[in-house]
Amino acid sequence: MDNVLPFGAASAQAGRVDALFVLITVIGGFFFFLTQGMLIYFAVKYRRRRPDRDNETPAITGNPLLEFLWILIPSLVVLVIFYYGWRVYTDLRIPQAGATEVYVNGRSWMYEVRYPDGRTAINEIRVPQGKPVKFILSASDVLHGFYLPDFRVKMDMIPGRITTLWLQPDRPGQYQIFCTVYCGTGHSNMLAQLIVMPPREYAEWAGKRGREEGEGKEREPVAVRGERIVKNAGCLNCHAVDGKEKIGPNLRGLYGTKVPLEEGKSVTADEEYLRESIVEPGAKVVKGYPNVMPTYKTSMPPDDVNAAVEYLKTLK
Amino acid sequence: MEGVERIAAERNGRGYLSERGWRSWAFTLDHKRIGAMYLWTTTVFFLIGGLFAMLLRLELLSPQAHYFSNHAYNVFFTLHGAMMIFLFIIPAIPSGLGNFFIPLHLGARDVAFPRLNLASYWIFVAGFLVIIGSLVAPMDTGWTFYTPYSAKSAAAVTTLSLGIFLIGMSSILTGLNFIVTIHKMRAPGMTWHRMPLFLWSMYATSIIQVIATPVVGVTFLLLAAERVLGVGFFDPAKGGDPVLFQHFFWFYSHPVVYVMILPAMGIVSEVIPVFSRKPIFGYNAIAYSSLAIAFLGFLVWAHHMFTSGMSPLANAIFSFMTFFVAVPTAVKVFNWIATLYRGSITFESPMLYALTFIFLFIVGGLTGPFLGALATNVQLHDTYFVVAHFHYTMMGGTVMGFFAGLHYWFPKMTGKMLNEKVARVAWALIFVGFNVTFFTMFIVGVRGMPRRYAEYLPKFQVENVISTIGSAVLALGILVMCWNFLQGFRKGAKAPSNPWRALSLEWKTASPPDVENFHEIPQVTDWPYGYGTTKA
Repeated sequence: MDNVLPFGAASAQAGRVDALFVLITVIGGFFFFLTQGMLIYFAVKYRRRRPDRDNETPAITGNPLLEFLWILIPSLVVLVIFYYGWRVYTDLRIPQAGATEVYVNGRSWMYEVRYPDGRTAINEIRVPQGKPVKFILSASDVLHGFYLPDFRVKMDMIPGRITTLWLQPDRPGQYQIFCTVYCGTGHSNMLAQLIVMPPREYAEWAGKRGREEGEGKEREPVAVRGERIVKNAGCLNCHAVDGKEKIGPNLRGLYGTKVPLEEGKSVTADEEYLRESIVEPGAKVVKGYPNVMPTYKTSMPPDDVNAAVEYLKTLK
Repeated sequence: MEGVERIAAERNGRGYLSERGWRSWAFTLDHKRIGAMYLWTTTVFFLIGGLFAMLLRLELLSPQAHYFSNHAYNVFFTLHGAMMIFLFIIPAIPSGLGNFFIPLHLGARDVAFPRLNLASYWIFVAGFLVIIGSLVAPMDTGWTFYTPYSAKSAAAVTTLSLGIFLIGMSSILTGLNFIVTIHKMRAPGMTWHRMPLFLWSMYATSIIQVIATPVVGVTFLLLAAERVLGVGFFDPAKGGDPVLFQHFFWFYSHPVVYVMILPAMGIVSEVIPVFSRKPIFGYNAIAYSSLAIAFLGFLVWAHHMFTSGMSPLANAIFSFMTFFVAVPTAVKVFNWIATLYRGSITFESPMLYALTFIFLFIVGGLTGPFLGALATNVQLHDTYFVVAHFHYTMMGGTVMGFFAGLHYWFPKMTGKMLNEKVARVAWALIFVGFNVTFFTMFIVGVRGMPRRYAEYLPKFQVENVISTIGSAVLALGILVMCWNFLQGFRKGAKAPSNPWRALSLEWKTASPPDVENFHEIPQVTDWPYGYGTTKA
């Protein structure tokens, strides 16, 4: 089950997909060598040797038995592949009892994660190892994709619809999530991580997550925490902190400068402006940039916003 | 008919290229000139589309956005796809080579409706002018225009829709013209089963064009209505359904891949027997498999949508149907290979490209089951595996078939011979460059790299660099080939009327053909593949 493909399968189901992949590769490989072998062998063997006698080829115009066989055999082979592919797929789609549910909403260009108990996160999904997980997928603006290559599964996220995806992670670790349905300028930056935790660690994390924001992190400097928040919230998908321009305005050296706005006015980038731009990005749009940034009003607690602003102030 | 014969006699000995001046081209009713205009136009778009591809490959040298912004990259891949599909690969063989050679193959003086034919060309021109006009706000939606992004995008989607609507109209009229031509204009004695296989494939192609294209026309009208009038067909914010758009779009765009590949299969069916000096193997099987592909091609569209939330049952039905398109395709491949058996094979450039078609198309075909099978489709959908698969079938297949046709018929169309040595150098570069460029995409796709990514994870860089190097070799090969065409056209040796000793009717007239094609309408007594002489 492991490492059949150039990268390891992260679940038993993924291993079955890999087995199907190998089966098709073997069958395809057989027909590849058969057909290409005959093509090259005939081309070499029957190349013209005597120009004066090249009309003396046999008048073969067909062979009903061969035609019958090469209709019948490929038909049977594709039936086998179809059936196997369908079986494995059906297993992938069967709802599994007792699954941990996670709501994931696609929004240009990030994944908004919400756990049933109300906790939220951006671009980071934590699930326990060894238990089935059900992702409940939606999108708020355009189509997005939810692709986990290590689990060999993907599902589109469709505005106005709910789609679902099941998997059962067998090994702890960090797994990449890609957006696979083209969704505009930031499509290739729409990435997330699935973090599979050993059950005990997960329980611990799930239990204490509520307190973490308050006292657990007291000794960490606020700007360091802010940096982590900015990173985890997906800000850097659209904003650069190295002076370059991405989809949104550059953030380095922003604090304290005069920012030109869309309506011709300008504003000084103080703490209040930075805070407002995170919580209500459409209120003051920087001149020359599209008004596409989504609000963090619900997904980022005020405490985190303040820490993020503190971090932005250190980018000189 | 006597009057026609008299006019034909008067025009005898005047090559179709002899008349000069732009009016003689712009208002021509000669199918050969219209075909030549299509060939020039589509080749220009092929080169522009290729230039966009090179810009994409350049950007993909580095994982981070380097030369272009993400938006610019998205515009480039949209224009690469849209131009290659709508302005090159759909019209190039049917409207270009098809226009030129269908009447010649039939032993006719022209297509059934010459004026309609000219109108098709000018509608096509109007279409691409509108598309060029849409570049004021260039498209960044991908060539599939998926809603609701395309309903919301700031790009000139409405203008572009109109352009594609016109291109589609031109395509329908051409298809209609060819169907009537093949039914009604066959020379005396040319029964259906004496027709060259190129005609069978063009017939199947034309049927798809006439039936499928209106659907895409209507789809783009709906999209325009949504954008301009605010009617909610596809945008859920207005009460529409984005997946409905995908069904409409693929109901056209899947059958149309057979509009792209069938004519190329027709060319290969012509070239292989000529250069093997043997009758085509399994004429009926090849002819009827074209019709089978055209029919089955209408029943598989939703295999582009296995992850769009359709019910598992619908997915299973479409997966099942998809596998059965593979069978008539495999039948063709087996018959071509069997034609080589005990032949007397020579490797002039048309044959090299025809064999390359078979070689690359087998790779494209055998990677199809990975995408047809549901479980592996869910893994590979929207990754580079798909990009590699359709480039092997569309470029490795259709474009190689197109190149085979261009080299095969160059002496007939221009009256000049090509430099064979240069043609082989170009072929070798194209063959090597193509495989280096696209085979690596299979690997990076299996490793999980999604398509349409301006920036990618650094772990995918090695494959991308190799692919870009391959694309440079491929581009060089294509430039050498184009240079060879221009040189051949300007100062190639004079071509005899039948340089390849082929038996189909176009070789029984002068090179280049006279305005009226034939001095006398030929009497057909046999099929065009009677090459072998000895008993089997």
